[in-house]
This record gives sequence, structure tokens and C-alpha cells, in this order.
Amino acid sequence: MATTDHGVTSAGRARIDARTLRQDRWWLSPLATFVVFAGFVVFATIRAFMGRDYYASPYLSPFYSPCLGDCVEGASDFGQPFAWWPLSAALIILVFPLGFRMTCYYYRKAYYRAFWLSPPACGVAEPHGSYSGETRFPLILQNVHRWFWYAAVLVGLVLTFDTVLAFRPMPAEYAVGDGETSGVHMGLGTLLMIINVVFIWLYTLSCHSCRHIVGGRLRHFSKHPVRYKLWTWVSRLNESHGTWAWYSLFSVAIVDFYIYLLATGVIQDVRFF
Amino acid sequence: MAYDLKMRVWRGDADGGELTDYTVEVSEGEVVLDALHRLQATQTGDLAIRWNCKAGKCGSCSAEVNGRPRLMCMTRLSDFEPSETITVTPMRTFPVIRDLVTDVSFNYEKARELPYAELGPRDADGKRRMMQVDVERGQEFRKCIECYLCQDVCHVVRDHEDNKQHFAGPRFFIRYAELDMHPLDTHDRRKLAQDAAGLGMCNITKCCTEVCPEGIHITDNAIIPMKERVVDRKYDPLVWLGNKIGLRNKDNDGRAEV
Ligand code: SF4
Ligand code: SF4
Ligand code: FES
Ligand code: FES
Repeated sequence: MATTDHGVTSAGRARIDARTLRQDRWWLSPLATFVVFAGFVVFATIRAFMGRDYYASPYLSPFYSPCLGDCVEGASDFGQPFAWWPLSAALIILVFPLGFRMTCYYYRKAYYRAFWLSPPACGVAEPHGSYSGETRFPLILQNVHRWFWYAAVLVGLVLTFDTVLAFRPMPAEYAVGDGETSGVHMGLGTLLMIINVVFIWLYTLSCHSCRHIVGGRLRHFSKHPVRYKLWTWVSRLNESHGTWAWYSLFSVAIVDFYIYLLATGVIQDVRFF
Repeated sequence: MAYDLKMRVWRGDADGGELTDYTVEVSEGEVVLDALHRLQATQTGDLAIRWNCKAGKCGSCSAEVNGRPRLMCMTRLSDFEPSETITVTPMRTFPVIRDLVTDVSFNYEKARELPYAELGPRDADGKRRMMQVDVERGQEFRKCIECYLCQDVCHVVRDHEDNKQHFAGPRFFIRYAELDMHPLDTHDRRKLAQDAAGLGMCNITKCCTEVCPEGIHITDNAIIPMKERVVDRKYDPLVWLGNKIGLRNKDNDGRAEV
């Protein structure tokens, strides 16, 4: 048992050697967080570095959107200003969603607990000898979260645009029956992208920084009725911010994986119309 | 229905002590504090316990039950299996006086460091006016019963005695937030909250919120909004630029840094 004479075993406090007297399975939640996050990080890293199988017309993987590098035909709806970029195009833009999530208040709680064990759970002593929280470099940089939020709104708009494009008719080789007749199509990919973009927006708009910016910073709601209303809405979404964080994480991975399966020809898109 | 409950209670003082086993008769519907009172009445007349209202409103009976900070008077025995041993210790963040009683003066020292509201001038008729929507947010924080369970569970001081000097703790962050959101206060407490109160030490892991018996959303409604206010003051170039070109958040007018 770790005896730490700077923490719960400090002089003067009730002499109890155990790090915690909790008897419930307090380790379950941080462990689950650790496993799922680690799994996502591995998956996302592999996919981001692959640099291929991210586009199956008309679907573009959210990891590669907007596709600003030397992307496959049809994937670059915003031009290719980084066509000279030698690596995967995902790496150009992923810093924004990555930074957004890394500095998110909810994710911070989750990874401080699950990865840094600071603390692993409430009432369970952390293993570190000293602690300065978010007062020093690098963690003081968490204060830039708001900047990533501004970027995340742009990313959300781009993903919304991609979802609209996902209604485009498919190229002829995917056509079923008597081929493409109408100008719109909807497939399972479209549906997954809609679900994803809804979760992305719920996550982005329920952000604590968003809550602050729209109205939380005010001292007199009575003088700003519209912002007060917005603040009330965002506050309601904000209560489930952690849930949106998880759902949007899964939905992004699922959309990407679905497109990967289409692009590699493992499966065919399910067409609704 | 009565049954025999097995309890382990920490007995001792600042010089040392240990968990001691007892068996005490309890009945369904009782709370941990009832069991301890019966123990005190029948077996251990000298067991020290601090309590007062037995209704979860005075904040006196804070302790740790099976390792979790709780009010003893609000912890029902029916939440445990009758065969389970219930372990009760004093709060492990504050110096112990005797048995389950701790010295919580740390919290009163921190309270003293916090400047009280400085109200602006009265209206012409000698009155002060506030709109309900403007005071609503702060009212949540007024529910605090000062049980200090949030201070007890906070790992910043629980696990690091040396941080006590520089850290006011969640109970006082809600006070900072309440005053900073106050429509009539003229103090700007953002710098103080950041520097003296150690707001940056909090890593928003939310244990304070988890244990608060009043259900105050300490982290979401007080600490994070205060962190965001600090960002406004210090880390947001857009706000800085806005100030430069006159696009200010005029809602902050008339506040002076303390
Ligand atoms: S959220 Fe902050 S103040 Fe609350 S317990 Fe955690 S570290 Fe302490
Ligand atoms: S904020 Fe909640 S936990 Fe903290 S002292 Fe007040 S009532 Fe107790
Ligand atoms: S995205 Fe989670 S708090 Fe901003
Ligand atoms: S005795 Fe008053 S809160 Fe428990």
C-alpha cells in the first residue's frame, strides 16, 4: 500500500494507511474510459496515417474533411492548397478536432482520471507526489479551449456540407436496377453521416466555452434577453455534454470505418433511394 | 425489523488511532448516524461525533462511509446489505480532533480571505434593485450548507497537504462565482480567483460535484464559468482585440479588480 505522507497520511490527519476505503468497483469507470479512448486513439491514428480509402463517392470520411492535401478525385470540395503536403491529408486538419477534444472540459476530466489517475476516482488517493493542476506549462494551455471551439464551429459547418453532398447520386457503377434516375440518393452512408453531424453539433454547441460565449459571461441577463435565451438552451444541452462527447466520438469512427469498407470494396452501400 | 449491523469505526486522535469493530442493533429505515448514536448509548459512551440537525441541513455530521464522503444523517442503512460491514472514518483531508470529529478551520480561514460584495450606489429613492434573472444563477450556490464534503474529497488538498496554502477549494469557488455573477457587486474577482484562490489547480475532475449533498453543480455552474471568466481576462486575444477597438463587453463596466 502506498504510504504518502503528503496526502491522506499527512501528520495530524486520522491515521489510516489505506489509499481508499471504498469497496465498490471504483476502478471500473476509469478502466472502461481508458480502454475505449485507447482503442479510439489507435484506430484514429492508423486511419489518419493511412492516407487512402477515405473517399467513396459521394461520401468523404470526417477524418479527411476538408481534404486540403493531394486528395483523390472528388474529395476536395475546398481546393487543394496543401497539394505539396507529402503526408496524409488527414494530418493537415486533424489538429483542430484533436485540439478541441483534448482541451474539452469533459475529456479533461475523463483522461485526467483514466490516464493520469489524478485522481483515479473520488476518495481514492492519486499516486503522484506533487500536483500543480492546470497552473503551469503545458497544462496551462488548456485555457485555449475557446480557440479550438471557434475552429470546431467551422469544422462542423464543413461536415454539414459533406452530409448534404452525401445525398448526391452515386456514380454509375454503384447504380442499382435501371440506374440513376433522380438527382438525389440516400444510402446507409448518408444516414450515418446525418447521425454523425447531429452528434457533432450537439457536442460542439453544448461546449462549456460556447455556454460562456453566448451568454454565460454576462452579469445582467435582464439586459440581454436574446443571449439569455441562447444561454438557457445551451445550458440544457450542456448538462449532457459528456454524453455527446462519447456519441460523437463513436459516430465519427463508425462513419470513417463504413467509408473505409466501401472504399476497399469489402461491402456495397445500402441504398434507400 | 431489527438486525445486528457490523460496523468499523475509526477511534483515536491526532496521535494515532485505528478502525475498531463493533456490532450494533439497528432497524430498517435508520441512518448511519442512528447506528452510531446507539453505539454511543450502549457500548462506547466516549465516541466523539459532531452532529446537530439530523436532517441534512446543518452540515455538521460530515464523515466518510465506506470511503466516500457523506453526511452520516443522510446515509441510509437500507442502501447497504444487512450483512455488509459499514466502515465510518472522519474526513481524511482535515486534521482529526477525536474519533469522527475533525478540525475544519481550514475552511474558515479560506472564507476570511474572500472579499465580500462591494455594492454600488443606491438608486435615487434609496433602494437597490435587481432583476430575478440576474440573481438566479447565484441562488443555486446559496443552498450550500457548508458541510465541506467537497473540500474533503478534492484531491488537490486531500492528496497534497502542501497545496492547502494556495487553494481555496470548491466551496469557495462557488462563492467566487456567486459574487462574480452578482448584478450589483463592483469587485472583479477574476485575478484573485486565479492567483490567490488557486482556481488553476482544479483539474475539473468533478468529485466535489459528486459528493455535494445539496446537488449543487459546483464544477459546471461555478468552477468552469469562473475558469472561462479568467480566460476572458487573460487568454482570449479576441476579447483583447475587442477591448482595443472599443467592442467591449460593457456588462463588466464599473468593476474594480480586488
Ligand atoms: S473539480 Fe476541481 S475543485 Fe472539484 S474536486 Fe475536482 S479538482 Fe477539486
Ligand atoms: S458546496 Fe455542497 S459539498 Fe460543498 S460545502 Fe456546500 S453543501 Fe457541502
Ligand atoms: S467541447 Fe467539451 S467543454 Fe468545450
Ligand atoms: S446532522 Fe445536520 S447535516 Fe447531518
